[in-house]
Parts: sequence; C-alpha cells; structure tokens
Amino acid sequence: MSPSSSSIAAEPGAVPAPGEHHDHHPSYLVDGTTVKSWLLTLDHKRIGVMYLIWVLLFFLVGGIYALVVRLELLTPGPTIVDAMTYNRAFTMHGVVMIFLFMIPAIPGAFGNFMLPLMLGAKDVAFPRLNLLSLYLLLSGAAIAIWGMLNGGMDTGWTFYTPYSTHTTTTVAPILFGAFIIGFSSIATGLNFIVTTHTMRAPGITWFRMPLFVWAMYATACIQVLATPVLGLVLLLVVGEQLFQFGIFDPARGGDPVLFQHLFWFYSHPAVYIMVLPAFGVMSEVVAAFSRKNIFGYRAVAFSSLGIAFVGFFAWGHHMFVSGQSTFNAGVFAVLTMLVGVFTAIKVFNWVGTVYKGAVDFKTPFAYFCGFLYFTVFGGMTGVAFATASLDVPWHDTYFVVAHFHFIMVGATIMAFMAALHYWFPKMFGKTYHEGWGLVSAALIILGFNATFIPQFLLGNAGMPRRYYEYPERFQTLNVASTTGATLLAFGFLITAIYLTYSLVYGEKASSNPWNSRGYEWLTESPPPTHNFIGPQPVYTDEPHFYVDREKAEVPDAV
Amino acid sequence: MNELLNNILFLPEQASTFAERVDNLHIFVVTVTMLSSLAVGTAALYFFFRYRRRTPEQLTEYVIPSVKTEFLFVSLPLIFFLTWFVIGFRDFVFVTTPPKDAMDVYVMGKQWMWKFAYPEGPNGVNVLHVPANRPVRLLITSRDVLHSFFVPAFRIKMDAVPGRYTQTWFEATKPGTYQILCTEYCGLSHSKMLGEVVVLSPEEWDAWLKEQRRGDLANRQDALADLSLAPQPARMAEQGQKVAAEVGCFKCHTVNGEPHIGPTFLGLYGRQETLQDGSAIRADEAYITQSMMDPGAHLVTGYANAMPTFQGKLTGPQTAAIVEYIKTLRTPDIRTTGASQGPVYEPIQQ
Repeated sequence: MSPSSSSIAAEPGAVPAPGEHHDHHPSYLVDGTTVKSWLLTLDHKRIGVMYLIWVLLFFLVGGIYALVVRLELLTPGPTIVDAMTYNRAFTMHGVVMIFLFMIPAIPGAFGNFMLPLMLGAKDVAFPRLNLLSLYLLLSGAAIAIWGMLNGGMDTGWTFYTPYSTHTTTTVAPILFGAFIIGFSSIATGLNFIVTTHTMRAPGITWFRMPLFVWAMYATACIQVLATPVLGLVLLLVVGEQLFQFGIFDPARGGDPVLFQHLFWFYSHPAVYIMVLPAFGVMSEVVAAFSRKNIFGYRAVAFSSLGIAFVGFFAWGHHMFVSGQSTFNAGVFAVLTMLVGVFTAIKVFNWVGTVYKGAVDFKTPFAYFCGFLYFTVFGGMTGVAFATASLDVPWHDTYFVVAHFHFIMVGATIMAFMAALHYWFPKMFGKTYHEGWGLVSAALIILGFNATFIPQFLLGNAGMPRRYYEYPERFQTLNVASTTGATLLAFGFLITAIYLTYSLVYGEKASSNPWNSRGYEWLTESPPPTHNFIGPQPVYTDEPHFYVDREKAEVPDAV
Repeated sequence: MNELLNNILFLPEQASTFAERVDNLHIFVVTVTMLSSLAVGTAALYFFFRYRRRTPEQLTEYVIPSVKTEFLFVSLPLIFFLTWFVIGFRDFVFVTTPPKDAMDVYVMGKQWMWKFAYPEGPNGVNVLHVPANRPVRLLITSRDVLHSFFVPAFRIKMDAVPGRYTQTWFEATKPGTYQILCTEYCGLSHSKMLGEVVVLSPEEWDAWLKEQRRGDLANRQDALADLSLAPQPARMAEQGQKVAAEVGCFKCHTVNGEPHIGPTFLGLYGRQETLQDGSAIRADEAYITQSMMDPGAHLVTGYANAMPTFQGKLTGPQTAAIVEYIKTLRTPDIRTTGASQGPVYEPIQQ
C-alpha cells in the first residue's frame, strides 16, 4: 500500500514507491549483521532498538523487585524477606524503574527511532553523542547494579538526608550510577533539541511537526535544564557521606530540607520527563486509530511546553508538611494546579479528536482508553494533592503511591505498550496477533486498577508508605493489591510471549499497516539505513491529516 | 450519609476539629473527580461506538475547536481547581496556625520511638496524654533522621526535622486512644515506630495530672534523701544514657521494645524475666547490676551467653547511672523530674 500522494511530494520527481529498489536499500536490521555493526552503530534506529532491549530488561528487574515488595506485604508481619531486604527491594524498585526504565524508555527507544523519521531526517544531529548516551546509561546502570549486589541501599529512591548520609548501606555507588545516567539523559535531550531545530525536512514547519516531536522537544528542554541539578545534589550527598561536608547535616550546620528542595527541583520536572513522551505517543495513536486530524493541534502542542515550563515551579508541593512556610505552600499549591489545567487541555482535545472520527479499536487504541482513564484519575488526584489541606493526611501514605503510579507509571506504561504495538510493524517489519494484543491489554489495565485502587483506600485509611509491617486492619486491601500485581505481571508475560513469537514467526508487515498518515509511515517497514530512498521528501500536509481534500473545506496549511 | 461515605472511602474516624474540615473537602474533591472521570469516559465511549470505522480507507471531516471551546477546556478545570485551592488553603492555614491558648507539648522523634515532654511536668515515651476539647500545640523535632508525626484520626501530620522545631496543633473531640504513625522513612524499624495519643476527658485529665505531680514529688524526695551521694535522678539517667552509649550497650540492647542480641531495655526495670533454668527473676537494681558484672549468672531464656563482663570497666557511679537510665525507660510513661530530655527551646513565636 503506498502512502497518500497528497501528503508527500519529492522535489524533483516522485518518491519511489516503497518496495522499489529493495535490493539496493536493505533495511537497517540487515545492513550489517556482525555484533560490532550493532554495538558501534551510529544509526539512530539501531540505537533505538538497543535502548528498547535494555529498558525492557530493566523493566523486568524493576518488576521483580515490585513483586518482592507486594508479596512481602501480603501479611501484616514478616512474609518472605526480612526488614532490611524489604527496604532494599523498594529502594531498588524505585531507582531501577525511574532512572533505568521510565526516564529513558520512550525517548531512548521510540524517540530515537521515530524522531528523525518524523522530521524527514537521515539521522539525529549528533549520531556519536547518541551512541555515547546509550553507553552512559549502561555504565551508570552497571555501577548502580554493582552497588545493589554489594550491599544495596535502603533509603528509598528519594535518598532523603540525613538518613542517606547516616545509613550503613552502600549509597555512594548507586548515587554515582544515577549521576552518570543523568549525563545520558542530558545528551539525549540536547540531541533531540538540535535535531528538531536544524534537521526538519522541507515543508515541516513548527506547526506541521507531529505532536510526538513536540512532546519530545518539551521533554528534552526539561532534561537539559533540570538534570544537572540532580547530578550536583547526588554528588553533594556522596561527598557528605564520604567526607562529611556538612551541607545537609544539622549537626554540622547544614539543612536537611535544603536537600529536599534541590532534589525535587529535578525530580518533580522529572515526572514530566516521564509522562510528556507518553502524551506525545498518545497524540499519535489517537489520531491514527480514529483517522482524524488532532482536534486542537496547537493547544496540545503548546500545552506540552506549558507543562514543561510550570513543571519547574511546582516542586514545593512535596514539602507541605516539612515545616516550610504557610505562604510557600499556598504559592506552590496554585502553581501546581496549572499543570492540571494544561493536562486537562490535552485530555479534552484527545477526546475531541475521536469526535467525528473513524475509530478502529486495535490494541494501541485499547491502551489509549486505559491511558485516558489513568491520566484523568491520576491527574485529578494530583490536583487533590496540590490542595494543601488534603495533602496533610495523605502525604507519604499509600495514597501518594497509588496517585503517582496512576499518572506517572500507569499513563507511561499505557503509552509505552501502545507505542510498542503501534510501531512494532515499522520497527521490525512484522505483525503481531491482534487477539492476544487485546487480551493482554485488558489484563494489564485490569491488573493495574486492581493493584492501585486498593492503595488509594489504604492511603485514606492512613497506612504510611515504605512499611515493612503494618497493623492488621490494613491486610484486606493489601491482599487485593498483591492480587492485582500478580494479574498485571501475568499480562506483561503474555505480551512478552506473543511479541517475541511475532518477531520470529510474525507475518511480514506492509509499509503502512494502519493506514496512518504519520510521516514515519512514508518509508518502508523496516526502514532502510538512511530512512528514505531517493531525494529528501517535501511535506505539504499536517502529519495527522485524514481529510478528503476534494470534498471538505480545509484551510490552507500554514 | 457522611458516615457511609467515610466507610466507602476507608477513612478513619474523625477525632479532631481539623478532621471534619479535611473530610468535607475530601468528599467534595472525590465527587468532582468521579463525575468528571465519568463524563470524560462516557463521552469517549459514546464516540468510540458512534464513530467506529466503516471502511478501512474511511476519511474524516476536518474538525477543529472554536476559540470558545478551547476557552471552555481551560476555564472549566481552572474554576474547579481554584475552588479546591481556596477551601483547601483556608483549612491549611487553620491547621498551621495554633490558637494562642494552646497547651504545648514537645515531641521528639528518635529511631524508633516518640518522646513527649510537657514543659511543666512529666515525660513520656510513645504515649501522649492530652485532654479532650482543648487545643494542643506540638513542637516537633528529631534526634537523628527525618521522621513524620502522623495521627490518622486527627488528619494531622508534621515532619520531625533534626536541628529545628516544626509545629502543628490539634483539638481532640472525643476521649479515646488513637494511633501515631511515622510517615517519613527512617530506617530499619520505620514501620515499628508506633505510638498512641490517649485523649482524656477533663476529669480524667485532672486526675492524671495530679498523679503525675505526685510521682514527681516522690522522685524529688528520693533525690533529696540521696543528695549527698548522687546527683538528681534525672541527671543520673542522662549520664547513664551517655555511659551506655560509650561502652556499647546499644549494640545489643535496644530501647524501643524490640529484642535484639540481648533483651530490650524498654520496660526492663521491674519486669519478671524467665531464666533458662525455668525459674523467674524480677529485674531489679541488683539483677541488672549483676548482669553487667557477671552476664552468664542468670541468663534470660531465648538469648545466648554472648555478653562480655563489664567488671572493672565500669565504675560504681557509672553502673548506678546505667541502672537509673534503664529505670527511666518505662512504658507507657516515665515519671522523672524536670522537663524533656531533648533540648528545650523557646516556644515558637506567633
């Protein structure tokens, strides 16, 4: 199936139909088959695939830690591990999932693969820096995992001082690992910003960029601006522990709350490093599967930048009960709510996109449904948290755990799974079994709810987070949550099985199996090494453009 | 109605003046959240069915929102969020501003126990006695790492930060016993850092105070009697704690009720211990002193003969100080003279 001729025209002459010249332009997957040709590749697509493999592995590691935590909480007393092991397990669950899965997953795997394709570019602006950022991630991960295996850490992923500088567990290597991973994040962000500014093909104006690119761009801005602060604060903690700097230790004249300010100045925007790419993926998916132009394209694009911007002024809501001034709490409460408003704009416009669309309920769209629900509910509970008085009883209880798993994890996982299914044919040239896709999507969404809805109620009932043992009255809800987690794990297992099967035995995919008009579908599946065959394409329509030009009255594209 | 909603939401009973205010807003917020989720979900579901794909190549109309629609998308959530903010911030100001006539209690978090001290009277560990229907201001600090003082039934929470005092307040509305939890992760026994608030009716409170005062007086008379030989017991206990830390008692003995390599010191004084030969012994001064000098003499069942002798390593006054210190580690409350063991700061100015 060839892409619609109205949306692409090459100068001079037409783009050769995909399939033509196939022998001269092998796909990126088979262009060089040695191990070295993969490990030292500068091709953004191969780097993206390597990212995908690694983040999936880290997701498995983080998931195993999660199951240890959930199984331990099956009974009020000790269940399968001792208190110290439990404390290490929840710490590593957080560290691995956040720094090694959530933050690099979508930008690393799908951003790397899709961003140049969507911009009509042959590669990212700095291919070598791109490869370096993958290896920085892996070296950081190796150091952190070495630390995990040699003592582990029991501080929680927030590393709050003075506990993190007093604990006897090995904090330094894990923090140093996270520090290096930060450089990987900065390099990726820098690369994406420069690529977006300089490598757009003719015809791709700022307002013709796919919304995924907008989201990646906003994410990249946060990565470049916020990550250095995390790097510095982690080094300070290591220095404090090894050399007794006295910056955070009150016994030496330091201030423990200073750490929280510095930490959340990165880590609150980091939440948007995780969810903005998810929002971007979903904008693509909803347009493709309802075959509809995005309802309010500019509103969705600008709200990504808006979230990135106000995300920097919201960190104080993590410290309502830390003793900061009442006035501060009020200011941060209002500023935090703006994030909710920007997210609401997106949600309404996504639903609006379906209006008068042509909905094809495939697996990625099923994940879109789950995503919509997690975003609305997770986002609304986020605004509820920003409501200062409600934060007082909820702070550091399971309500927090449930809330951020809904918005940060739920929404991101939904987007990650949707992206995996949506772009699977493009990336690997194979199709997967739709039936299994829908079954596992249902299982994952159901399992997610069964895991975290009980945790909202646990938080209401007053169960603090990071509890190894708990009063007996909390047991029923904990058992429900663990049951849900098991269901969730089962859903992911099914996905892993059928996708691996499809990779080997799947039917060959056409270049555009979804009939999508996203730019990335204008090349073959899987794409050739230099992305497009022939001269550089020129684009004349928006990426989410499913309109019949003959019949409809369409304003000229700007 | 309120009762029912609180049960559905698993909220603990409301036992303070703040609890009711929080819950009202909570219910309002939950209702709005549910309704808007439902509205968005229903609209989406309707669109999925109404606009399902008829042919694989089907094209769609070019629909873009009017400025009015986008304005609605922004203003609708903004109005709701600002309403929550106004109510929520008013309540937040309420809970962060203690009334002038509030009674002060000093709270100190410490791995892994809560210590309470009334400026004019007794100290306590893990149990806080307060009168009902009277505002109580808590001045909270920590000895070591961050802790967070949380009473779910009162809906109040405040971090305990080493090196500074934070404050919060509550007014309990009905007598009873309510759980105190620590909500800031503070290490190995974080989940065991539990305490209780005992809310007493005005009559019970008066009686309790009187009893505390009597205990004070008794202690003071003891102190007077021994004036020539030893410092005041409170000072001695403080020295004992220092000595115990110096010679390493806490490597094997906890003070929070948790058995470790050796039995816990909490509540040890006066306890009936079962020995390995089956007999029982009361842990009095004599027994505690003997255990320091000849640890194997009367081994408590369940513990190995692992403790070294401190014969010749501890002087007489040091031994006595440790015994005095162990005597103060009592549950539910300690009766010693003087104020809290923590540093007493000037009350925070309004």
